[in-house]
Amino acid sequence: MKRLFLVSVWFVFGACERIIPESLLEEEVLDGPIEGLSKSEQSQFLAGDIAFNEVFFEDNGLGPLFVATSCGSCHPGDGKGHPFTTLTRFGQTQPNVAPDLTIGGPQLQNRAIPGYEPESLPEGVPFMKFNPPAVTGLGLLSALTDQQILDNADPFDLDGDGISGVPNYITPPDYFIPQWYHQPFNGQFIGRFGKKAAAIDLLQQTVGAYNQDMGITSTFEPIDTSTGLSTDPEVSDQTIRDIVFYLRTLKDPIQRNPNDAQVIKGKQLFTDLNCSACHIPEWTTPQSDIASLSEKTFYPYTDLLLHDMGPALDDGATEGSAETYEWKTPALWGLGLSPGSQGGAYFLMHDGRAKSIEEAIVMHGGEAEQIKNDFVALSSEDKAAILKFLESL
Amino acid sequence: MKLTILTIYLSLFTLVLYGQVDSSLFKRTAIDTTLAKGMNMDAVYNRPFLNMGKLPVSLGGYMEADYQYMGEDGITEGHTFRIPRMTLFVASSIHRKIKFLSEIEFEEGGEEVAIEFAAIDFNFHPMLNLRGGVIMNPIGAFNQNHDGPKWEFVDRPVAATQMLSATWSNVGFGLYGKQYLKNWAFGYEVYLTNGFDDTIISNAENKTFLPSSKTNKERFEESNNGEPLVTAKMALRQNSIGEIGISYMGGVYNTYQDDGIILDVKRRLDVFAIDFNTTLPTLNTYFVGEWAWVWVNVPSSFTQQYGNKQQGGFIDIVQPILRRNIFGFDKAIINIACRLEYVDWNVGNFKETGDSIGDHLWAIVPALSFRPNAQTVIMFNYRYMQQTDILGNPAAKIGGIQLGIASYF
Repeated sequence: MKRLFLVSVWFVFGACERIIPESLLEEEVLDGPIEGLSKSEQSQFLAGDIAFNEVFFEDNGLGPLFVATSCGSCHPGDGKGHPFTTLTRFGQTQPNVAPDLTIGGPQLQNRAIPGYEPESLPEGVPFMKFNPPAVTGLGLLSALTDQQILDNADPFDLDGDGISGVPNYITPPDYFIPQWYHQPFNGQFIGRFGKKAAAIDLLQQTVGAYNQDMGITSTFEPIDTSTGLSTDPEVSDQTIRDIVFYLRTLKDPIQRNPNDAQVIKGKQLFTDLNCSACHIPEWTTPQSDIASLSEKTFYPYTDLLLHDMGPALDDGATEGSAETYEWKTPALWGLGLSPGSQGGAYFLMHDGRAKSIEEAIVMHGGEAEQIKNDFVALSSEDKAAILKFLESL
Repeated sequence: MKLTILTIYLSLFTLVLYGQVDSSLFKRTAIDTTLAKGMNMDAVYNRPFLNMGKLPVSLGGYMEADYQYMGEDGITEGHTFRIPRMTLFVASSIHRKIKFLSEIEFEEGGEEVAIEFAAIDFNFHPMLNLRGGVIMNPIGAFNQNHDGPKWEFVDRPVAATQMLSATWSNVGFGLYGKQYLKNWAFGYEVYLTNGFDDTIISNAENKTFLPSSKTNKERFEESNNGEPLVTAKMALRQNSIGEIGISYMGGVYNTYQDDGIILDVKRRLDVFAIDFNTTLPTLNTYFVGEWAWVWVNVPSSFTQQYGNKQQGGFIDIVQPILRRNIFGFDKAIINIACRLEYVDWNVGNFKETGDSIGDHLWAIVPALSFRPNAQTVIMFNYRYMQQTDILGNPAAKIGGIQLGIASYF
């Protein structure tokens, strides 16, 4: 009996570390802070993490019209979302024309708390569906200068490679404060975030999501989506700042198996096919107010520019200065981890219509038509190598 | 309110302290409170009480304390000590056929004080008893039979507490009765009480969550919609086999009108449960479990985040392996046990994809328990569970050890 007691004590206090479930490898998860944050920055990161996963319901401000009940509902584990929380945008059909808010735009709130009627899409109105993107590594993208983005723009395809790339110029909201790395153009600024790059910075992206996705008003966006009238703020400025900080300091996805022979081959083929003309692999940030974001080289595989993606991906609706057939090059980092946040399946392209990476490639058109055709013409071994490389990101 | 309750209880316990001067004044009813004894519906009275002289009041209670070292996907918050609850009972025989019992629970070190039970029973006939006051709705078995010292596990079953909202009690009236025939016993209970409220589909849990209504203390003062919640149970026991019970709880849960103004349609909540317990004759292996189904009318224009169907339950298997004098406790028992549990908070498919909705959990809890006597238990559990989010993403793996003590006093 004494022996049993001693064994029990050892088991409880000596073997604790071994009996909790193993942690996932760092490269297998998207959440977590970027390296090198100070203690105070870590605290704000945690505050932002909590706010990001705060659930809204009737008593704390949800709706009355909404799409999702928390940031984390759309971006589970900070990854790509599921069609369950797909957003529907409508109201603007021409570039640089303000959306028609009289018909309920710019976003459909397809859900309502009990006792209220959700919005329905006006008949015959063109619309776009946006499947929620991953939110990792956004701080690195936000730290880039507008000039770095413009350096890759080629609106008239002067280099003759068939790839243009134009920024989406956005009229800033009243609360927008330009930073040193922003460059105004006729009172507008380059958008970086969202499927059409319609948000200039993460503050605009965040308060827009609170307001349009969850029906949560703030001092930045005080208009209730159901009444069109201003209300008392339902989320504090500090909470919004915490979330913006959280988004800025989420780590960038870590590539898995970068030294695998097939991955290396796939990466080379990716370059050879000129996929990297739009999905630019490498960027380096300038100085940033967050030391961990300063002068850091990272690999998002995007140019943050709009490209003509062809008629099959033309939804007839748009945002900012983008044409209806133009879409921002999505970052490819974390692509292979998507099923881990999308319920075990892939839902790719802007609206989740592609159920595999290969399907997504084949759906490329417009400027990417030739590259798509080159991919289709590859041997099955070469295709497999490219797909393995993309899954490793 | 809290102050009044505390004052009453402190007064009664002052009498106990007085009695400690002369312990011969006390008489303890040393009954076997382990689960295999008596019908489940008797659980509220199947507890040890302390009687003092000729005072028509009996006192009792139980407390639970535990230590946990749990982690999720390799991340742990470290070592945690808790006192989940301490409960005090006061019972009184007002008349040979009229009795009163109350159960006041102090949760998490007194952070919450709740009346879990406070009812007067009138006995007209064994098959006809009237009960009124704060009653524990007889849905499943655990809700009425939840005392920590009766179980071999530190945590309460997830399905019972996070799907069925145990301990769920409410104000109301009802009838109950029992009939014995040789080795057989039949019992029934029917109650009308105040019910649930809108928070079951609007809460911080982001899921249909019946326990949310427990935070609404106004339910002890008035119904939120004027519609009674019906709870009914029938149970059959054969002494050498065990007991099986079927129960139903249902009613309108939402505030569909206020001040005569119609705000919404009436939305119902319906729960059906089956519970059982049995003991294998030779091995003395004891099985206890319950399974429940929940249907909630959730507006179709709301979000599927809140499911309209839930199901879940648990089974405990308890095997005594040693009965002898241990550490000076004669008739001490050591048990090995295992709990299997499962809850699906959202049974159904996504409208958008047709794929199955996740939001479920399963757990396995092997356990070792030491009972120095029938009223006290020391528990050592290893809990391992996997919880899947609504989208069905890879499950979070949660596990760790739990040490707990629970005893009536």
